[in-house]
Amino acid sequence: MPANLPISDVEIGRRAYRRTQNVRSVLVSLVSTIVFAVVIWLTVVNTPGWERVQRSFFDLETALAAWPRVIAGLWVNIQVLFFAVIGVLVLSVIIATIRTLRGPIWFPLRALAAAYTDLFRGLPLIIVLFLIGFGVPGLELFPRQSAQFWGTIALILTYSAYVSEVFRAGIEAVHPSQRLAARSLGLSHGQTMRIVVLPQAVRKVTPALMNDFVAMQKDVGLISVLGVVDAVRAAQIETAANFNFTPYVLAGLLFVLLALPMIRLTDWYTARLRAREQMGSIV
Amino acid sequence: MTEPVLRMEGVRKSFGDALVLDGVDLTVAPHEVVALIGASGSGKSTLLRCINLVERIDDGRIWLGDLDISDPRIAADRVRARIGVVFQQFNLFPHLRVIDNVTLASRAVLRIPRAQAEATALALLDRVGLADRARAYPDRLSGGQQQRVAIVRAIATNPELLLLDEITSALDPELVAEVLDLVRELKGDGTTIVMATHEMAFARDVADRVVFLDGGVIVEQGPAAQVFTRPQHERTRTFLSRFLGPA
Ligand SMILES: Nc1ncnc2c1ncn2[C@@H]1O[C@H](COP(=O)(O)OP(=O)(O)OP(=O)(O)O)[C@@H](O)[C@H]1O
Ligand SMILES: [Mg+2]
Repeated sequence: MPANLPISDVEIGRRAYRRTQNVRSVLVSLVSTIVFAVVIWLTVVNTPGWERVQRSFFDLETALAAWPRVIAGLWVNIQVLFFAVIGVLVLSVIIATIRTLRGPIWFPLRALAAAYTDLFRGLPLIIVLFLIGFGVPGLELFPRQSAQFWGTIALILTYSAYVSEVFRAGIEAVHPSQRLAARSLGLSHGQTMRIVVLPQAVRKVTPALMNDFVAMQKDVGLISVLGVVDAVRAAQIETAANFNFTPYVLAGLLFVLLALPMIRLTDWYTARLRAREQMGSIV
Repeated sequence: MTEPVLRMEGVRKSFGDALVLDGVDLTVAPHEVVALIGASGSGKSTLLRCINLVERIDDGRIWLGDLDISDPRIAADRVRARIGVVFQQFNLFPHLRVIDNVTLASRAVLRIPRAQAEATALALLDRVGLADRARAYPDRLSGGQQQRVAIVRAIATNPELLLLDEITSALDPELVAEVLDLVRELKGDGTTIVMATHEMAFARDVADRVVFLDGGVIVEQGPAAQVFTRPQHERTRTFLSRFLGPA
């Protein structure tokens, strides 16, 4: 509403009412949260085994001692995640585009892409990790690479199979009339895909995509099975040294902290999309 | 005699067993405005889509200028770039601003530099009273505004032929006039237009020639005044009586 328009008394009354309603609901939720937290806390602390569990899972000194190694490991996870996200985005867009190609010339490529998505959506990540991490270097076809490198490749292969399906669904959700309009302007098939279809498809599937990346974020910890000293592996080493599980809890917390921004971003973006697509903004 | 912009000879098109176009002959001269009329399902849209090469004809020939565009060896994208199309449902690109919708073909197909394409586009938008909406996204525009943008997008590349497919059917009655006024202006500019329409009053007003399509063929054609007031064929009379009321 433009500033300095006169406001009617009715509207002033309505606004005052809404303000008090807001204050009330904030207070109510605050109180109920505190009560809830206290009840849970008291229940846990009064269990018979709490002292023991506290010592072996929540020991501050062990946590502090493990901190440098675990945080160094987490840095490895972040690097792997970074390259894996880029790799997945590139590969899955390529696969999705191939799967939407029409015409007999593309049949072999299309079939290959379909077989790939079927295969890697079915294979457990941990098996892919073993096959790629130990099998491919054994071929001695490629120059020597670190376990971290092969772990990243395995993640990319597994997750691109999922994410390409998400992209494909998005591409197919763009109404055919958009393609018709683009081709009618004289745009080629490729230009239509790149300028008109893909941008709309990406917008449609971004929330689903972000969720897949949150899932990948924690699966990055699985590369430890290849011997990469990431946060999980570091925690394992520390745990074995002290017979205390606190380092695992520490690593777990760090993974959650790492995921939080992405989770929040996903929620925010989904809400924004919904707001844009909804005409009545209060329902 | 000047060369026609469009020439169709014996054009045939079927979908499965349904023969939609059964030998259509049509010639459109430069600067001519042709109105296609006919019942729903008579093949008006199909005819326009065949001209625009988004539907492959089963027989016959189509020339754009002196180029046989039914020849499979021609570059179809090039031909489509020479023909402007406006659809019933506007079909603007929702993820692109108005200005980018309008300049897309100029930039991507004709390779005109962005600055130059935008200058042309802004001048056109200004003409239709939408220059101030250039940076808006299409969903922030009214139906009539969207359709005017769609028309501007279709003519931004200076096409030799403009195809309009019932461009006012999806509009609220009070928005129809602003779109029809724009078509009238385009006619004033000398644009060659083939339009499928259910707006008989408008067809009578603006079209140089009215073409009545029925049963897959052109049953009757002629100057608007003639076809509407003295239709020669029984089928034309029956069709028109449903629209204009019995004479
Ligand atoms: N892609 C298609 N596949 C099968 N049948 C089709 C297809 N497109 C059109 N038809 C059929 O062809 C006939 C002509 O359709 P067309 O859309 O050209 O009619 P129209 O004259 O534009 O009608 P309207 O005035 O309702 O827009 C119809 O019977 C329609 O069902
Ligand atoms: Mg139609």
